[in-house]
Amino acid sequence: MKGHVWRPLYVVIGLVACILIFRMFYVPSDFGIQERGYTFGFHRLSNEQEWKEFPAKYKGTAYCAECHTENSESIVNSGHGIISCEDCHGAAFNHPEDPEKLSIDRSRDLCLRCHFELYMPSSQRNDLPGIDPKTHNAGIECVECHNPHNPSLEDM
Amino acid sequence: MKRRDFLKSTAVFVSGAVVSMSALELLDPGEVLAQNPELRWGFLVDTLKCVGCGMCVKACKIENDIPLDANVTRTWVERYVITKDGKVNADTPKGALNGFTSKLIDQNASGMKKIPDEDITQAFFVPKLCNQCSTPACVQVCPVGATYQTADGVVLVDRTWCIGCGYCIMGCPYGVRFFHPVAKVADKCTFCYHRISNGGNSACAQACPFGARQIGNLRDPNDPVAKAVLNQRVGVLRAEYGTKPNVYYIGLSKEVH
Amino acid sequence: MVEQLAPMLVHGEIWTVKDLFVLPNEYVYWAIQIVLYPYMTGLVAGAFVLSSLYHVFGVEKLKEIARFALVFSFALLPVAMLPLLLHLMQPLRGINVLMTPHFTSAISAFGIVFMAYACIVAAEIWFVYREFIVSSIHRLSAKTDRSAYEGILLRIYKLISLGAMDTSKKALGADHKAVKFLAGLGIPVACFLHGYAGFIFGSVKANALWMTPLMPVIFICSAVVSGIALCIVCYYLFMGLRKWAARRGKNYFLPDGIAHGSSVVDYDHLRSVQEHEVKMTSKYLLIFMTLALTLEALDMIFRGYTAVKSWDILRNVLFEHDYVNIFILQYGIGNILPFIMLLIPGVTVRRAALASILVLFGVFMMRWNVVIGGQAFSLTFNGFMHYHMPIIPHDIETFKEGLGGALLVAVSPFVIFYFLNMIFPAFLVDKEEAHH
Repeated sequence: MKGHVWRPLYVVIGLVACILIFRMFYVPSDFGIQERGYTFGFHRLSNEQEWKEFPAKYKGTAYCAECHTENSESIVNSGHGIISCEDCHGAAFNHPEDPEKLSIDRSRDLCLRCHFELYMPSSQRNDLPGIDPKTHNAGIECVECHNPHNPSLEDM
Repeated sequence: MKRRDFLKSTAVFVSGAVVSMSALELLDPGEVLAQNPELRWGFLVDTLKCVGCGMCVKACKIENDIPLDANVTRTWVERYVITKDGKVNADTPKGALNGFTSKLIDQNASGMKKIPDEDITQAFFVPKLCNQCSTPACVQVCPVGATYQTADGVVLVDRTWCIGCGYCIMGCPYGVRFFHPVAKVADKCTFCYHRISNGGNSACAQACPFGARQIGNLRDPNDPVAKAVLNQRVGVLRAEYGTKPNVYYIGLSKEVH
Repeated sequence: MVEQLAPMLVHGEIWTVKDLFVLPNEYVYWAIQIVLYPYMTGLVAGAFVLSSLYHVFGVEKLKEIARFALVFSFALLPVAMLPLLLHLMQPLRGINVLMTPHFTSAISAFGIVFMAYACIVAAEIWFVYREFIVSSIHRLSAKTDRSAYEGILLRIYKLISLGAMDTSKKALGADHKAVKFLAGLGIPVACFLHGYAGFIFGSVKANALWMTPLMPVIFICSAVVSGIALCIVCYYLFMGLRKWAARRGKNYFLPDGIAHGSSVVDYDHLRSVQEHEVKMTSKYLLIFMTLALTLEALDMIFRGYTAVKSWDILRNVLFEHDYVNIFILQYGIGNILPFIMLLIPGVTVRRAALASILVLFGVFMMRWNVVIGGQAFSLTFNGFMHYHMPIIPHDIETFKEGLGGALLVAVSPFVIFYFLNMIFPAFLVDKEEAHH
């Protein structure tokens, strides 16, 4: 019975071996140290590609203009020409297939995002025309009077 | 003299040979990029242009599948209202998901604070998002390598590997990280990695009508963002933490950090 | 596109109340379980250090409590891991810490240090109890009318004996040497195990309250304090039970076979043993408490004196927001009161045990004030977050991160100890000692 003192050590070595064998099957093969080194780049490489393939929902104004030529041209020279179509019309997703129709946000809340009157010196917000929704035609949708594609008050 | 010339020409020959030899060795484009990166994503926020409409926040949430009604967000806009007595009042109701449509400052448990217009000396908006730091504290503290930085500088989270310990959330000096309410793992702004990697713009920058947000390649001298960072007076947030943030701000004020 | 979904609660939202200017993603993400995690690791480390005082430094006076402390430390071990698992959003992936450790993170060391430490403690117990295991195998094998329980016990003993049946003087001498070596090795590992728990907090540069190089040292000191205190309290409790039983002619916490065979289990003997042990141990408690208090005071004084940018908000948290928690509960009731109780001459067992309970409470409040207090203020330095621990659970999350989970963690070591004690009787007295 010599050397019985080493037996717990054998158990530990066996345990470590089991963990290492399990690790071989568990950890994805592309997991490792990438460009940014161990501190910042230790990861599963294929995850980068997975993020690159994340589906985009917003398609951009140019995409809308491919079909809706007339609509997209109508806004270009107005004050609202700087606003992306999808800000009001909603994200395109896979329109026109899915969804076939986008739901347009015509709410007062949408307009108020820019046109609620705030006193903001040292901010460009102060330069935008602003209203107090409580006193400015409360209860009526803004689009009843204002054309969002041509908001100029002269053309009202 | 002769000897020196000999040494000189030898040196030229050797260094030239090394260069040409290394040129022959350059086979893997990925390796080249890593050694001499040509792409480093950066962000420019022009706080002077921001009107606090919050379209960026909404677009970000929809684009990146962050539930709209969940009280976490990858990007948000802060409002600062400074009064005559020098007091700084700041808020960001729901991260400005619906913009700022009230004059009242949201003080959370302390209620809404009313500030008369005549007391205001200056007021402005500051959009915030992940700084994609060059030495990200959040990545350093991840115990399992679930969050990492890509070669082009974007910090991402591997949703299949994150154990959800929250250490990265604690480690971020900017508070940009949170637990995704559906995925139940740490989540953060990716600079819309899926969009910018495929030639697009980030959803927030695209949604901003005023050009207050711009994303670009800091290594490209012709890139508008890189140009602005080089030629204009820009600031970064919380530089004292030493994380070397890559979101640059125009019109930063001492009240903002 | 703006569909009205059911309100979606974010992790942390339910127990966080924000005040003033707080960033949208800020919540008390690290709640009660992360308070318990360093607390439990601290108890493990502390109990082990106490047992090592006897095994390594040969403090003979601590002999009785050392064995108990060792077994109890082993019972606490799995429980140190429990809070972390309860806290994780993805508990099934907890194994990733062992699979792909990212050593630039303090938490990643947990898997490996914890495992190493567990192995050391297990091995030490094996050596300490080997003689007992072998004798138990002989005793139980010789028995013809084994009950089912004894049958299982025999199998367990046979398995854990690892086939080492040699109990010659030489072999036992080797055991003794091994115990000494392991206990010596265990001290730095125990300190590392807990020091890095402090490092987890101390290294978070984003958190003004946590970030101090003193944090690991403070954690180690308070760990030893809490471990010793827990041992005193439990020793008092278990001995009380045994005394109670001894008067009725029974012997609790020792296997019947041994208990009936020994004559030492009398009331007076137990009382004298306990008195001696507890008094001795409380001296060590005092020493480590002084050290812990000094460091904590130093940390606070230093912060106030240097008064960097974050001091305004820290002062607010320390002296207003968390004043009661820090100065009344932690320092007052949890530190200074027991300190005085132990310092007054003529300390009795009961007083030492009472003081130890207060110390345990004080160390718990220290963990609480570090973990919760560190999240009491916003990164903006202009807002606060109040933490309200969920008491009545209404879903799995409020159970895990609420009172239910906390109680589960608090009770488990005693349950484990109960079963562990069946195999390794913690109150076993060496034969030659027993008849003096």
